[in-house]
Amino acid sequence: MSSQTSTVTTHSSRAGGRAGAGRPQVAPDRRRIEFKWIVLTIFIIVYALIPLAWILSLSFKSPAAVTDGKLIPTDPSLENYRTIFTTGVFVRPLINSIGITIISTVIAVALATLAAYAIARLNFPGKRLVLTAALAIAMFPPISIVGPLFNMWRSLGLYDTWPGLIIPYMTFALPMSIWVLSAFFREIPWELEQAAGVDGATPFQAFRKVIVPLAAPGVFTAAILVFFFAWNDFVFAITLTSTDRSRTVPAALNFFTGASQFQQPTGAISAAAIIVTIPIILLVLAFQRRIVAGLTAGAVKG
Amino acid sequence: MAEIILTNVTKRFGDGTIAVDNVNLDIADGEFVILVGPSGCGKSTLLRMIVGLEDISSGEVNIGGQMVNNSAPRDRNLAMVFQNYALYPHLSVRENIAFPLRMAKVPDSEVKQRVDEAARVLELGELLERKPGALSGGQRQRVAMGRAIVREPQAFLFDEPLSNLDAKLRGQMRTEIARLQKRFGTTTVYVTHDQTEAMTLGDRVAVLRRGVLQQVGTPRELYNSPVNLFVAGFIGSPSMNFLPATLTGHRLGLPTGEVDLPEELAARLSTGTGARTVIAGIRPEHFEDANLIPEDELGFGATFPATIDVIEWMGSELYAYFPVRSGQGQQAGLAELARDLEQEGVRSETDESQVVARLDPASQVRENGEAQLWLDIRRIHLFDPETGENLTLPTGTATTGGATGALEGDGSDPLTKEGDAGNPPHAGGAHRAT
Repeated sequence: MSSQTSTVTTHSSRAGGRAGAGRPQVAPDRRRIEFKWIVLTIFIIVYALIPLAWILSLSFKSPAAVTDGKLIPTDPSLENYRTIFTTGVFVRPLINSIGITIISTVIAVALATLAAYAIARLNFPGKRLVLTAALAIAMFPPISIVGPLFNMWRSLGLYDTWPGLIIPYMTFALPMSIWVLSAFFREIPWELEQAAGVDGATPFQAFRKVIVPLAAPGVFTAAILVFFFAWNDFVFAITLTSTDRSRTVPAALNFFTGASQFQQPTGAISAAAIIVTIPIILLVLAFQRRIVAGLTAGAVKG
Repeated sequence: MAEIILTNVTKRFGDGTIAVDNVNLDIADGEFVILVGPSGCGKSTLLRMIVGLEDISSGEVNIGGQMVNNSAPRDRNLAMVFQNYALYPHLSVRENIAFPLRMAKVPDSEVKQRVDEAARVLELGELLERKPGALSGGQRQRVAMGRAIVREPQAFLFDEPLSNLDAKLRGQMRTEIARLQKRFGTTTVYVTHDQTEAMTLGDRVAVLRRGVLQQVGTPRELYNSPVNLFVAGFIGSPSMNFLPATLTGHRLGLPTGEVDLPEELAARLSTGTGARTVIAGIRPEHFEDANLIPEDELGFGATFPATIDVIEWMGSELYAYFPVRSGQGQQAGLAELARDLEQEGVRSETDESQVVARLDPASQVRENGEAQLWLDIRRIHLFDPETGENLTLPTGTATTGGATGALEGDGSDPLTKEGDAGNPPHAGGAHRAT
């Protein structure tokens, strides 16, 4: 940066004294602002990532070293990871988590795509009502319905089953997805579908070949939002499950035990926490651009 | 390729507005028909009813001998070019053009061959692998046309296809569309509000006003024999001048003076006794600088003095603007017409009309100067102020040239001087129509 600035200065001073005279004053100013930004950014990153780094460090420590207060483990080992994958307390919840989350995401996004398309394109009575209701549901605190759900699910036989979690996840994720997707569909010019129709496409072909590809960023955004919601949920998971049959990882972490009752399973919990974070990080890295495009597109262009 | 027959086609929207009112129109196989009119006249709605994007409230649309009222757009085998092109942004140019063929499940090898052929005709060769977003307006337009021609449809439908292009490109694409249509000989319906496009492209032009079909004819017929005030005002640029006038027998009282109508014209008007109010329509080119008219021609028209406000010299022609005093009476009707035509033909605050004359560029008339102008009385149109109907047309069909062809110039008097007493010169009154 500094070398660039100096070359510019020499060039311009050679070209004409007056033009070059102003430059050196501008550059330090800009550099000072940049410096402030860098410090602020580093501070925020450290602030946000220290707990994560701490968990990562804990997951590599032996039970004895957990309380030593060092960020860099003195004797790093994969012991905790070995434990959670061999004792069986973690593997089954992980399978539950993956299965329940993927099924919820697929169903929610499929339904939301169709619903959002209808909302964006059709004028039907009660359209506003549907949108308002969707928004209301999205704002509804889950904790207020887990009690009734617990009783209902027990009498319906849904308690401690996969569908018992998939249904509430879908229900809470749908409104959010519908809002995101209908914003996307609204931006797609209607003429495109009409052109497809004139070109010989059925309404469903027009939807599948023209609209869905164009709304792909929106579909990805919605899918990721649903995935995060279901993957991270704790309230429903802890209330509506009782065994490993359908308990997901966030709930299962609660039931980890140490080697003896006097030993805290801190290392194992940390290792499990790191494992469940990995899919989220991978998803975000893979779809980073699409998410940003998706989250801003509806707001800015709409 | 097919003929398109519209029978009593009407479009009524949910709120009761009638966008298209009882339109009857036969479009022959291979014909190029233009639907033209000011915005909101229902021309696009009519086109969308033909293609199937709007329901038909009543009446019938027949394409190639089949009633298609209830067919979906995909079953009508028509190709449409939209105003904003409606290209599929996620597909390459090649796939955009191939889209209709893919929908029709044409085998890959044939798709490739037909797309390449269409691309060759439209000179899109190097662009085939690009996305529409990377193309210029004119190129997108050509891709949209490629998508239309690739499947050999029954008819082409264009919805103001050139309105998004700049003036130069518009001219180029206009000739390209004309060339394509001639080459394929496909029935074509073309919607525009631009009368240059209407006049240059169409075999026949249909003029619409507020959903009602006003006149259908060749551009020549519309120009020479407009059936009513609206068509007369809409076709032609600069548009026809309208002046209030009184008709007494075969004598016509214009704001510029009184004049005798040629006998044949007077006979066609078949007026009774007593004065009758009419609206006189005079095209700008039917005025001329009196000094440039040969002696023997002068008798066919009327000469009158005018104070020229503004002069526009274009090299090949010269437009002279001058104010004419007109009675307050007809102003209301003319103002409404002007609103419909989206132009400022009449200044309603004053009782003056602005008149445009298209003179020989050799003319020596000067701004703010008095000039002797000559008006070709044989080419004048008279309209009924109530119905707007053209009274000067020969009864029956409106055939080309019939109105003015075989007129015998009987000595029509030059305009008398009394007309310009109430016509003071306007210092700096540079108001222009349009």
